[in-house]
Amino acid sequence: MESATVPVKQRSSSPPFAGLLRTNVLWAVVFAILGYMLFHWLGGKIGPNIAAESNPGGTDQDDVAILMGLFGSIFGWMGGLGFYSYPLKRMAGRAPSLHEGEESGPGRYFRLCTDHKVVAMQYLVATLFFFFVAGLNAMFIRTELTSDNATLFPAGNYLTLVGLHGTMMLTMMSAGVIGPLGNWLVPIMIGSRRMAFPRIESLTMWLTVLAGFVLLSATLLGGFPTGWTGYAPLADQARAGIDAYLVSFLLIGIALVLVGINIIVTIVTMRAPGLTWNRLPIFVWSMLATSILAVLAAPVLAAALYMVMSDRSIESTFFISSQGGSPLLWDELFWFFGHPEVYILALPGFGIVLELLPVFARKPLWGYRLAVAGMFGVALMSFMVWQHHLFMSGINANLRPFYMFTTELISIPTGVIFLNGMGTLWRAKIRFTVPMLFCLAFFFNFLIGGLSGVFLSDVTSDTVTHGSFFVMAHFHYTIMGGLVFALMGGIYYWLPKMTGLNLNQMLGKVHFWAMFIFFNLTFFPLFAAGMLGMPRRVSSYNASLHTLNVFVSIMAFCLGLSMLIFLGNLVWSLVFKRERAADNPWESKSIEWQIPNPVPPHNFDTIPTITADPYGYGFPDQPTVDWGGTRTVPAGAGAA
Amino acid sequence: MSTRPGSESGGGPRHGVRIFIAWGVLTAILEALVIWVVGPHIPPKRISSASGAEHEVDVFLTYGAVPVLSLIWVYFGYAVTYFRAPSGDASDGPPLTGNSRVQAIWLGLTTFLVLALAITGTFDLLDNAGAGSGEGSNPLSKPANVGKALQVQVIGQQWLWTFRYPSYGGVETTHLVVPVGRQIEFHVTSLDVVHSFWAIELGVKADAVPGADNVAFVRPYQTGSFQVRCDELCGLWHGHMNTTGRVVSASQFNSWIHSTVKKYAGVTKYLPPYSLTYYPQPIRNAT
Repeated sequence: MESATVPVKQRSSSPPFAGLLRTNVLWAVVFAILGYMLFHWLGGKIGPNIAAESNPGGTDQDDVAILMGLFGSIFGWMGGLGFYSYPLKRMAGRAPSLHEGEESGPGRYFRLCTDHKVVAMQYLVATLFFFFVAGLNAMFIRTELTSDNATLFPAGNYLTLVGLHGTMMLTMMSAGVIGPLGNWLVPIMIGSRRMAFPRIESLTMWLTVLAGFVLLSATLLGGFPTGWTGYAPLADQARAGIDAYLVSFLLIGIALVLVGINIIVTIVTMRAPGLTWNRLPIFVWSMLATSILAVLAAPVLAAALYMVMSDRSIESTFFISSQGGSPLLWDELFWFFGHPEVYILALPGFGIVLELLPVFARKPLWGYRLAVAGMFGVALMSFMVWQHHLFMSGINANLRPFYMFTTELISIPTGVIFLNGMGTLWRAKIRFTVPMLFCLAFFFNFLIGGLSGVFLSDVTSDTVTHGSFFVMAHFHYTIMGGLVFALMGGIYYWLPKMTGLNLNQMLGKVHFWAMFIFFNLTFFPLFAAGMLGMPRRVSSYNASLHTLNVFVSIMAFCLGLSMLIFLGNLVWSLVFKRERAADNPWESKSIEWQIPNPVPPHNFDTIPTITADPYGYGFPDQPTVDWGGTRTVPAGAGAA
Repeated sequence: MSTRPGSESGGGPRHGVRIFIAWGVLTAILEALVIWVVGPHIPPKRISSASGAEHEVDVFLTYGAVPVLSLIWVYFGYAVTYFRAPSGDASDGPPLTGNSRVQAIWLGLTTFLVLALAITGTFDLLDNAGAGSGEGSNPLSKPANVGKALQVQVIGQQWLWTFRYPSYGGVETTHLVVPVGRQIEFHVTSLDVVHSFWAIELGVKADAVPGADNVAFVRPYQTGSFQVRCDELCGLWHGHMNTTGRVVSASQFNSWIHSTVKKYAGVTKYLPPYSLTYYPQPIRNAT
C-alpha cells in the first residue's frame, strides 16, 4: 500500500504534440501492422514445409502465415503501447515507475495508463463501440430475415454477420461490466487507491480492444461460417477468416483470465480497514464470483482454440474423425467454457441490480448472505451443466437425466436473487429513477428468460426447441434483457460519478421505455418462431413464418433506434450540456458516493475505515465510512 | 400471509394477504387460459409418439410456469404500485435485513419444484423412448417393439440429406418416406461437419456428427408430410439444407420402397456397404 499522500500530478510543460512521440495507440496500430507483415512473411517461409508433410487433403491456404501474422500483430500492438518497457527496464536494472501515463490531459486515454479510473473509461468506450458495431450487425441480420429466402446478402456474408454479431456481443459483453464498472468501482468500493496489478489492468483493456479489431479483420480474410460457437470440423474446413475469430477469441480468453486474477487479488488483499467480508458491497461479491468463473473457464477455451489453430496450421487432427479425432471433443471443451461464460455475462447483472435496488427502495439489501450464497451457488453449478447444450448430440446420452437435474438445480440459486429483490422491495419507498426502471425491467425480462430455460432444460421439450429461435430468444432474454438492462441501469447510475457530469433523465426515461417495449416485442414472438420450426442462423425459413419475422424485424429496428436515443443522451449530456453532477445525487450510502466530484486521481486523501455495510437505509445513525483515521484498525477487525 | 417478507412487523394494510389473493386470482385465470385456449395449440402437434410426448411435456411445463410467472408479476406490480415513495418523502423504508423463515420457505419451495421437474422430466424421457431425441449409439431408452423397427439411416452432408434403408439392400435416396404406425429407428450420421437432423412435425431431432452414430426413435400416428431442416450451423447453405418427408400407409410404403430399390439398383452397387458411420476423405477444402 502506498503512503497516504500522493504527489499531485502536473501537466507537463512539453511542447504540443510531444505526446504523439511517446508510446500510444497510434504507435500500437503501426507496430501491429508491421508485426503482422513481419510474422506473416516468416510464417510464409515455415508454412509450406509443414504442408508438404501434411495428411491428405491439407488446405492450401497459408494458415501458418496468417496465424503467425495475427500473433505478430499482438506483439507489435503491445510494444507500441509500451507494455515491454517495464520488464525491459527491470532487466536493465533501472528503477521502475509505479505510475505510468497518469498525468492529466486527454492523452492518457490513448495509452498505457495505470489509473484504474482511466482504464475503466477506456473500457467503457471500447465495449460500447463494439456493442454498437455488433448491434448494427443484428440490424443487418433482421433485414435479411424480412424475406423468407436469401435475398439481401450472399450466404457467406450473412453467416459472417451472424458470427460477428454473436462473437462480438459475447466477448465484448463479457468484458462489458467487469471492464468499465468492475475496474472503476471495485478499488473505490473496497477503499483502495488502485488495482492490485495496474499494468495488467491496462493490458486487459488493450487486449480487449485488439480482440475486437482482430475479429473485425475476419471480414478482410473472407469471413467465417461458424457463428460464435465455432463448431469443429466446420472450423477446420473454413476459409482463413476463422483464423481471425480464433485469435480474437483467444485474446478475449487471455484478457478474461488476467482481469479475473487482478480483481480476485485486489478484492482479497486490498480492502480498507474494517471492510470485512460481511460488509463487502454485493456488486464486489458479484465481481469476485465472475472473476473466479473467468479464471477457471477461459483456459479451457484457450486450449480448445489452440487445438483448432493447430488443426488448421500444422495439420493435427484433434477434430477430424477420419483421422482419429472427434468433433464432439470441440463441443465438450467449448461448452465447458461456454456455460460458465453465460454466467460470466449474467452474474455482473445480478450484482448491479442488487446494488442499486436498496438505494432506490430506501431499504437495506434483504437477505445479504443469501444473495452472496446465491451468486456463488450459480458460479459453482455453472461448471456442472454444460452438456445440456449437447442434449441432441448423442454424446453421453445416458447422462442426460443427470444434466437435466443439475440444470434445473441452478434455478434455486437464481431464484434466490429474485427473493432478494422481492424482499428489498417489501414495504419500500421506491423512487422511480432511470436506473431503478432498468433494475425492475431486469426482473421482468430475466423471469421470462429463466422460465423459458426450464423448457430447454427438459430433454423432451428441448427436442423441439434445441438449436431453434426459441433458444435464441431465451438467451437474448437472459443476456440482453438481463445483463444489458442491468448494465444500462449501472451506466445511468454510476456515470455521473465516473464523469462528474449529469445524464439527461428525461431522455433516459424515453430510452428506457423504448428499449423495454421494443425488446419484448422483438424477442417474445421468437419463442413461437422456434417452436414452429425455425432453426437458428438461417437465411431462409418456412414461408408460413414470414409475417412473424417481418413483425420481429420492424420491432428490432425500433429497438435499434432506442439504442440511438441512449447514444444521443451520452453525446448530448457529456459533450454539449456538461452539467456538473452533485456529489451524491442518489443519496446513496455506498462509499463511491461519499467522495467528491470529480474523483481525485488518488481516490481518497486518507484511506477510509469502513464501519458498516453500504445498505444502512433506515439506520440514520449508521455511517458507512469513517474518514477520520488512517490505517489504525487492521483489516478484519471490528466485525459486526 | 405470514410467509411474506416483513409481514411480522404488522401494522398498515395487510399487503401479504392482498398479494396472495391477487396471485390466486391471476393464476386461476391464466391456468384456465392455458388449459382451454393456449394449451391445445402449443406446438408440436400430436402426430407421432415423439411429438405427442413433447406436446404433453410443453403443456405440463406451461402449467408449472404460470403460478411462478404470476407470483413475480403480481408481487412486482403490487410493489411498484403501493410501495412507492410519496413525492417529497425523503425518508427511508423500514430497515428489514432478512427473514430466515421466509428464506427457508422459498428455498424449500424452489427445491421441491426442481425435484418435481427433474423426476417427471426423467420419466417423460425414459417412458417415451427418448421422445424423438438423439440418444447416441447405445440408447438408454428403447421402445418395446424395437426388434421390429424400420431402420432408416439419415446421412447429412453439406448441404443435403440422404436416407439409406438397410433392410432394403442399403438403397440410398434423397426422399424420406416412412410408414405410418410402425416404429422407426433413425440412425443419424454425417460425412463432413456437424449437422442436426430435425424432422419438425415428427418431433425428431438428432445431431449428425461425422464418425458417430446417433439413434432416435419415433412412431408416426398420422399420414402426411413433414419438414426436415438442418438445426446445426454447417456452413454456407445451412439455411437451405431442408427437404420434405412423407408419412404414408404401409402398402404405399411397400410399393414406394420396392420401386426405389429397383430404380436405384444400378447406383446401390457402387455405394459403400451400409455402415453406421462413414469415413470419407478428409473434409478440408482445398479452395
